[in-house]
Amino acid sequence: MKSSDAALETPARLLTKRSRSELIRRAFTKNWQLYLLIAPVVVYYIVFHYLPMYGIQIAFKDFIANKGIWDSPWVGFKHFERFFNSFYFERLLSNTILISLYTLALSFPIPIILALMLHEVKSEGFKKVVQTITYAPHFLSVVVIVGMLFIFLNPSTGIINHMIVAFGGEPITFMTSPAWFKTLYVLSDVWQTMGWSSIIYLAALSGVDQQLHEAATIDGASKLQRIWHINLPTIAPTIVILLILNLGSVMSVGFEKVFLMQNSLNMSSSDIISTYVYRTGILDAQYSFSAAVGLFNAVVNFALLIVVNYVARRVNETSLW
Amino acid sequence: MIDRSFGDRVFNIINYILLTILTVIVLYPLLFVLSASISNPEHVLRGDVWLLPKGFNVDAYTKIFQNKDILLGYGNTILYTLIGTAINLAMTVCAAYPLSRKDFAGRGIITGMIVFTMFFGGGLIPTYLLIKNLNMLDSLWVMVIPNAVSVWNIIIMRTFFQQSIPGELQESAMIDGCNHFQTLFRIVLPLSMPIIAVMVLFYAVGHWNSYFNALIYLTSKDKFPLQLILREILIQSDSGEFIKLTSESAVRMKMSVEGLKYAVLVVANLPMLMLYPFLQRYFVKGIMIGALKG
Repeated sequence: MKSSDAALETPARLLTKRSRSELIRRAFTKNWQLYLLIAPVVVYYIVFHYLPMYGIQIAFKDFIANKGIWDSPWVGFKHFERFFNSFYFERLLSNTILISLYTLALSFPIPIILALMLHEVKSEGFKKVVQTITYAPHFLSVVVIVGMLFIFLNPSTGIINHMIVAFGGEPITFMTSPAWFKTLYVLSDVWQTMGWSSIIYLAALSGVDQQLHEAATIDGASKLQRIWHINLPTIAPTIVILLILNLGSVMSVGFEKVFLMQNSLNMSSSDIISTYVYRTGILDAQYSFSAAVGLFNAVVNFALLIVVNYVARRVNETSLW
Repeated sequence: MIDRSFGDRVFNIINYILLTILTVIVLYPLLFVLSASISNPEHVLRGDVWLLPKGFNVDAYTKIFQNKDILLGYGNTILYTLIGTAINLAMTVCAAYPLSRKDFAGRGIITGMIVFTMFFGGGLIPTYLLIKNLNMLDSLWVMVIPNAVSVWNIIIMRTFFQQSIPGELQESAMIDGCNHFQTLFRIVLPLSMPIIAVMVLFYAVGHWNSYFNALIYLTSKDKFPLQLILREILIQSDSGEFIKLTSESAVRMKMSVEGLKYAVLVVANLPMLMLYPFLQRYFVKGIMIGALKG
């Protein structure tokens, strides 16, 4: 009985197996054009994103150009140890984290407040003007933003220092002073991004249930109370998602703006991991060492993202995945 | 709804006042740059210009359009933006259409593979070595290929295809004998013009404003995009030191350089800032489609 059972079973299983591969084959012949379409994209991601991941191994090797990535000798954690013990380590880490946290403290909540305020505006015309103007700086390049900072803050010719002098003060050398660097970085960031970042919250606010507002008004709730208890909870999931993304990238301050604002005089407060990688890697050609520094940064980032996402899911039931 | 209570009216007034202040803060630097660029540089540098131009003068603009570096940079930027955006758009459609279809086996794996690169990457140095090995350093291609497509935009476009184009329409086209290419080009794309406009704008602004790839990968100056030239004029030339303008010739030299800067800012931004108000609703739409899924 048993053997005949097995004998009966086998062809059946073979059949399903065969029909499954048959199905896959049929899906492929039917949809081969889809695979053809996506092929260049897959190739692009493999070449320009996954091959560099393969290249990460040079962080654990002494990269020798004519031997190539694979044949260069392994050296373990030598480059990491050198980085952790270097004079720059603490400075880079604290600058990177502080710039991120200051930015987060202002650039994150201000767009939310702006969106909540804009949502209360009844006049469509006024709303449109405010939106058009506050969105505009988003389209300026970093070079232009930093260029404007340099021009406005120039100690002898800039308008800000003219104002300071007009009120009887002494001109300040903003762009070369370490004490001003982070403030200027964050404030110009708020100036540039607040309008644009508010769009996503405005979109979320359009989903607010008007019946709740009507009921709350009848119960005597003031406008502020209604914003706090109705509008804010409505956009809370959006806020959490964006907070996760922002916290997850605490270690990745944008290179572009810091690099442009950086000069030999404000280095002590402007040097961050990514500008250090650029200097040691691209300018000094210490490939293995700077790859190790970059990898350290990427791993911390990735770990942060996973932790923050995990916490958000437990606490708030909103998460990226 | 009518705001009946006194408190709500106060709230409205404060709200309008704060928003007006905020708008002025954003607008003022932009207007100042514009006024300063058409003023006599002498007045600007002495601090006489506050809002309205003084001593109307467009010398700076004539000088800019005689400057070879700026013109060449402008040309290069236009070239990179056109080619780059075309590649971006083609790649985004190629990725978004298959990923939007439920009958596409393997879309989970491919989506995962693409999205993962948002959170982890090889980093600057391994990427640089790769570009070097591909012999792409200091070429036109390095400005358009390494960022051929963006994950975020693929997701936005895929979401649009899924939500805004009726699946039945695609089904009936297939039943009528259309293959995937025909469905894509005759049914899906003609219905996707709004999102295509958004994509073109996002990508074009990105190319126009970026300087990072040029800084890392380009070495010959005749290939530099506008942003790198701007960096030289606006930032590298600025000593940041406090220079006492004593001698007459020093004043004049400083003036010829500093006076140019405002006009350079205007010229660099004008195309984007002029286009933007007309295209604003498309931009906003793109963000909103992204927000649905994000």
